[in-house]
Amino acid sequence: MNLLRTATTLFIVAAYFTSFSQESGALEGIQIHGNFDLYAQQYNEDSIIGANAVPEKSGINAFTNLIISKGKFSAGIRVESYLPPVQGFDNRYGNQSVGVPFRYASFSQEGLEITAGNFYEQYGSGLLLRSYEARGLGLDNAFDGLRVRYSPYKGLYLKGLVGNQRYYWDKGDGTVRALDGEVQFNELISKLETSKFRLSIGGSFVSKYQAQPTGASLELPENVAGWSGRAQLNYEGISLLAEYARKMNDPNKSNHYIYRPGQGLFASATYSQKGFGINLSAKTIDNMEFRSDREAGFNDLFINYLPALTRQHTYNLAATLYPYATQPNGEIGFQSDISYKIKKGSKVGGKYGTTIMLNASWINSLKRSYISDANGDTATALLEDFVYLNEDPGREGYTTSLFKASNEVLYRDVNIEVARKFNKAFKLKLSYIYLDYNIFVIQNKVSPNVITHIAVVEGLNKLSKKHSIRWEFQHMLTEQDQGDWIFGLVEYAYSPHWIVSVLNQYNYGNKNKDLRVNYPTAQVVYVYNANRISLGYGRQRAGIFCIGGVCRNVPAANAVTLAITSSF
Amino acid sequence: MKRLTTLLLSTILISTIAAAQDSGRKIPDVAVKNLDNSSFQTSQISNDGKPIIISFWATWCSPCKRELNTIAEDFDDWVDETGVKLVAISIDDARNQAKVKPYVDTQGWEYDVYIDPNGDFKRAMNVNNVPHTFLIDGEGNIVWQHNSYAPGDEEELRELVEKLAAGESID
Repeated sequence: MNLLRTATTLFIVAAYFTSFSQESGALEGIQIHGNFDLYAQQYNEDSIIGANAVPEKSGINAFTNLIISKGKFSAGIRVESYLPPVQGFDNRYGNQSVGVPFRYASFSQEGLEITAGNFYEQYGSGLLLRSYEARGLGLDNAFDGLRVRYSPYKGLYLKGLVGNQRYYWDKGDGTVRALDGEVQFNELISKLETSKFRLSIGGSFVSKYQAQPTGASLELPENVAGWSGRAQLNYEGISLLAEYARKMNDPNKSNHYIYRPGQGLFASATYSQKGFGINLSAKTIDNMEFRSDREAGFNDLFINYLPALTRQHTYNLAATLYPYATQPNGEIGFQSDISYKIKKGSKVGGKYGTTIMLNASWINSLKRSYISDANGDTATALLEDFVYLNEDPGREGYTTSLFKASNEVLYRDVNIEVARKFNKAFKLKLSYIYLDYNIFVIQNKVSPNVITHIAVVEGLNKLSKKHSIRWEFQHMLTEQDQGDWIFGLVEYAYSPHWIVSVLNQYNYGNKNKDLRVNYPTAQVVYVYNANRISLGYGRQRAGIFCIGGVCRNVPAANAVTLAITSSF
Repeated sequence: MKRLTTLLLSTILISTIAAAQDSGRKIPDVAVKNLDNSSFQTSQISNDGKPIIISFWATWCSPCKRELNTIAEDFDDWVDETGVKLVAISIDDARNQAKVKPYVDTQGWEYDVYIDPNGDFKRAMNVNNVPHTFLIDGEGNIVWQHNSYAPGDEEELRELVEKLAAGESID
């Protein structure tokens, strides 16, 4: 940490002197900008909803980014503060209250870009490599090392990196080395520049090194390599995309230390024209959890990104009670997404047109045949601590095909949304969502699959140019888990500065009458340009919060919440 | 000693920021993707000396879509009156990226749409969350920015665009 402090000091001092050392116009071209993001909660004990007393009484997560740039140079730092972490965020963030986990310097000139320090990177769709920050999840797997991006010709893009990944206030054990190349044929070949056919291909190679732990009973590979290939073709309104990735055997905690290679395939076909769009996609993955530490769990130290092939629901009940989380060790899924706008001025479409969206997804686990060890045991998900021995004939764990689904339903989702503007003052949106959700696999809750029907009505009444009321009513019916819920929201906005909202969730159908609880919340938001301050008070329902199929548990809370974001 | 250092550093920092703000901030140069997956450098965003709106959004962001759909209703008039261009930057990642073009086409948006799949442009522009809207003047300076959306906010944006188009300052 001393090193970080020194680096930060040097950065600021250097920035200061650089700014004055320019001969003509001392500060010409220097730009300093950044942002600030604070989320704070003050907790009350609330035994009815299961919100325990928090010894510290409060939690604060704060992030301050500062970037300084001039011409080809750019450098930045991020100061993070956890005073202590907000409930639901990993306690390991609390190991240090304030620090600089992210700092970098970069230089770019004529197609060459070099970054030293921390950076985020993505190759292709991320199936083999993606580092990113999802602050709401407490996820940050940034690299710390060196990155080069180079484009020797127009249409040819090369990238390379080496580094370790962020692990809370520390760095992960494993070193990652990676290369990627992409060719854009229409840019590369001038004859094709105006062609309606647009084609690009790419490929990546990623390798991680982690030393064999001393005294380990298993003989573990220290270097694990993976590669991927991808292609995208576009012709007028049609777009086809496919990416395949494979990694060598990578025994790790999550796959019970099996010596089986992993692979994944993603494909998508899209067609759209004015007023209509359709997307069909398929994904199948087997043993594709790729982390830079074989012992890592939770959302830590992921090298790759395996997003959920499902709709990202935005309405509260569907989004936070039963969201799908990717199963990196094995799943096969399909999704279709269709949208159509009935023309405005037509009889059915009305004066302003009506939009209909239809979405469905289907995900099962892969069909596997488990291989027994010498004792006849296998590495099924039911045997948490099972590990094959070195000499076991069954070290590969199981056999499977990427294209064979098992009968185990992980997720089904069929949803429809109709949105219509009736006149200048009124818009209405109706939705219906059907879910079949494997809560045992996804949330580790002992229960049969949750089958739910959710209906949502949302309206927007514009009272005048600056005043409006938006409201939502949601109703969820289910026999399983916590039973039925209703949700209501009213949001009054006075543009451009004020938004006041009140919402309530009520678990009226819980089989346990003591748990038929209301979760009311009220909030006031003030916005001034790029500054937003919100203050709220209420009950927060325990649930699961996901971004892109990666999730964290949100504990129940009775809290005053203050959030501030600002960009400058 | 520690406090003194902090104080000293903060003073230096704040004075530097204050001084540096005098020169207009330009759009940083970052590689993003066209809807056909080809690459695009953000330094190429231009509009012949007329104003530009840059709006960060995502297919999963309801207020973003409310804002961009509301603007789309009268966007022809905005363009006729001011010559403005709207650049919509989708921060959708691999999960929803393929749904961006169908959404844009279905809604019939007449915006320049790019995808920033790993948030490189979002970070370079210091965007915390979406929707986040920037206004760029005819010289390519970032002159105004706004976070979040409430119905009616488009009126304020339109007034600012009109001012810029008329060559007025919006401070």
